[in-house]
Amino acid sequence: MDFDLSDTQKALYSSVRRFFETEAPPSRLLKIYDRDEGLDRDLWRKSADLGLAGLIVPEEHGGAGLELLDLAVVTDAMGYCAAPGPLLGHALVGMALSLGGSEEQKARWLPRLASGEVVASLAISEHGERWQPDQWTAVATAGRLTASKKNVLFAADADLFLVGLAGGGLALVEQGAPGLTVREVDGIDRTRRLGALGFVDTPCELLPEGLAVAERIRDAALVLLAADAYGGAHRSVELMTNYANERVQFGRTIGHFQGVKHQIADAAAEVEPARQLVWYAAYTFDHRPDEAPRLAALAKAHLTDRYVNTTRTMVLLHGGIGYTWEFHCQFWLKRAMFDRTFLGSPSVHRERAAAMADWQIN
Amino acid sequence: MNLDYSAEYLSFQEEVRGFLAREWPLKAEEAQLPREDQASLFRLRATKQGYLYRGIPVRYGGSEQAADPLKARIISQEFSRVGAPRELERNGAGRLVPTLLQWGSDWQKEHFVPPAIRGEHIWCQGYSEPGAGSDLASLRTRAELVGDQWVINGQKIWTTRAHLADHMFMLVRTEPDKPGREGLSYLLVPMKQPGIEVRRLRQVTGDASFNEVFFTDAKAPADWIVGERGQGWEVSRTTLKFERDQMGGPEQGLDLFRKIVGLAKRTTRNGVRAIEDPEVRQWLVALEGHVMSSYWSGQYQFSLGAKGESAGVLDYTGKFLTMHVIGLEAARIAQELIGDDALLLAQVTGAKAPLGNERWVNHNLGSLAANMGGGTSNIQRNIIAERGLGLPRDA
Repeated sequence: MDFDLSDTQKALYSSVRRFFETEAPPSRLLKIYDRDEGLDRDLWRKSADLGLAGLIVPEEHGGAGLELLDLAVVTDAMGYCAAPGPLLGHALVGMALSLGGSEEQKARWLPRLASGEVVASLAISEHGERWQPDQWTAVATAGRLTASKKNVLFAADADLFLVGLAGGGLALVEQGAPGLTVREVDGIDRTRRLGALGFVDTPCELLPEGLAVAERIRDAALVLLAADAYGGAHRSVELMTNYANERVQFGRTIGHFQGVKHQIADAAAEVEPARQLVWYAAYTFDHRPDEAPRLAALAKAHLTDRYVNTTRTMVLLHGGIGYTWEFHCQFWLKRAMFDRTFLGSPSVHRERAAAMADWQIN
Repeated sequence: MNLDYSAEYLSFQEEVRGFLAREWPLKAEEAQLPREDQASLFRLRATKQGYLYRGIPVRYGGSEQAADPLKARIISQEFSRVGAPRELERNGAGRLVPTLLQWGSDWQKEHFVPPAIRGEHIWCQGYSEPGAGSDLASLRTRAELVGDQWVINGQKIWTTRAHLADHMFMLVRTEPDKPGREGLSYLLVPMKQPGIEVRRLRQVTGDASFNEVFFTDAKAPADWIVGERGQGWEVSRTTLKFERDQMGGPEQGLDLFRKIVGLAKRTTRNGVRAIEDPEVRQWLVALEGHVMSSYWSGQYQFSLGAKGESAGVLDYTGKFLTMHVIGLEAARIAQELIGDDALLLAQVTGAKAPLGNERWVNHNLGSLAANMGGGTSNIQRNIIAERGLGLPRDA
């Protein structure tokens, strides 16, 4: 019995954080915000070389065969750095293929996903805040798909899409397929670009397993967003603390003032203990599947709310500088706004968690 | 990460369960004894078995077991599951005893520890004064060594259970030449003596469990000082740390959450069972996010403690999260759930505990008190910021 990360997981966290702190510091993030660059292929290749692209892909298909908790540890570190890139959607497509793909599909795609050679993305969201598998309406008939999807990560850059279908079915569509159109939108968080996809009689390939896999990857995605939110909220507490220790007003650093100190303490008291909620949600995903869907919903709602609150406090605490485009606060502020809404807002997941609660039954 | 017990601990868990199946609840004529006596009897047996007071030497009435946080955790969980009495957590056993074990002389340990853990001596804590609350180091009650006795003059306030207590442990100024905390000593004082007058204070609930205590040439033997003269502040920190730990226990939030859910099942809102009301469901799950965070970070801290590692800022956030964030929000939700019953005052003094929903009015008021004991919320915020995050001290 030991509710703590393993030494390997701690080392993984440190190396991922170091990697993105070096490769994607705030100055680099600002360039991404300033210029419409699309996917940074160089950074993606380097992170794939680190093993991130195939972390949870089974070993027989060229991945590291690790668990969701390990990926959540990576995501936590990436949230800390506001790291750019398509890993979230990419990893989940790999998971869906591992869980629900045919042997042929796995052999064809997983090694190239694990190496990062192919960039994959999830196309599940539909007009009207339809994110959840039981809300999808896209229909594929005889291997052809006519539908629209939105909020697709790196839609213009991904090579492979996993599309959510009515009833929770999942289908693969390749970039450049006939009848597929991509329209990029200017998303709130430019480190995680978004686009919309249109399919007109587009060839697609169904995964043999449907709804159960779709719900499973949704739950994994919720845990990862919660982990990202913790990482970013933790960083925000650090940034506030650092600023309060540097900024001088009225002849002393503002960290001397209780009004400032207490804002930071309030944030720390809500954010820091929530890291273990993320861990537990990931642990249930890996080891206690009956509890996992509810914990994933609870963690996503809780952590993304904390993240938005904390980053807003962070901007307020910095004053004018925190509200400028050039200063780094905006990377976490906007990442929090992304995490909060992507895959459904906190109220959606709170109601789901309520519906799954044991107080529902007795 | 592994949340299962190893074989060694599973068999220990079996052993504890077996003991509890035999020993609790008490049987035959022992089951007719007054509740308190039953609990005392059971505690003696559980201590003999090595389950309670594990950190306390046998010669002071403990069971002197090797430190093993996992076993302690199993004991606590199993005892709580069947409602068996656990270690006393009041001022004596919960706060004074750990302090004496760290700072006390052999004589003091022999004399005070055994009756405190048996619950035979009732202790109260004499820290706050009318002019010294959060700024405890400015306290003014003084003690002077005259011959072989301390002579004490001054006043303490908000002293819980002083009207029942046999003894007080107190902070008192013994070194008038030294500034602030350096002039303080930690004294033990017998309460039943002519120099001490206890006046009950009524709380907003109507109940009167705390007091003012007046000292007029009150006496304590010279060797009832714990630690050295002028070391009182340091000694008292042990006690306050225990108080903060007790008030932020991870199960506490979970227990409270279950009660609120129970209340939502029994009450109605907008014409439906409150638990079916969409707004109530949002509140409950939002609260549960904090509760589960508190619970699992508690488990994490426990795992770190077992390895002798520190949890950083989490060492300081527990009480604030439990009492302030969770406690106050739970009180707000309960207030909504009980509807017009929130207009009633549930008086408890001299009566049976209230049976209706108005008991939640007491809970609501009590959630304020819970944010004062062991350091107010604002003091907790200072502690989180200064000790947990490294922000500068204000003063």
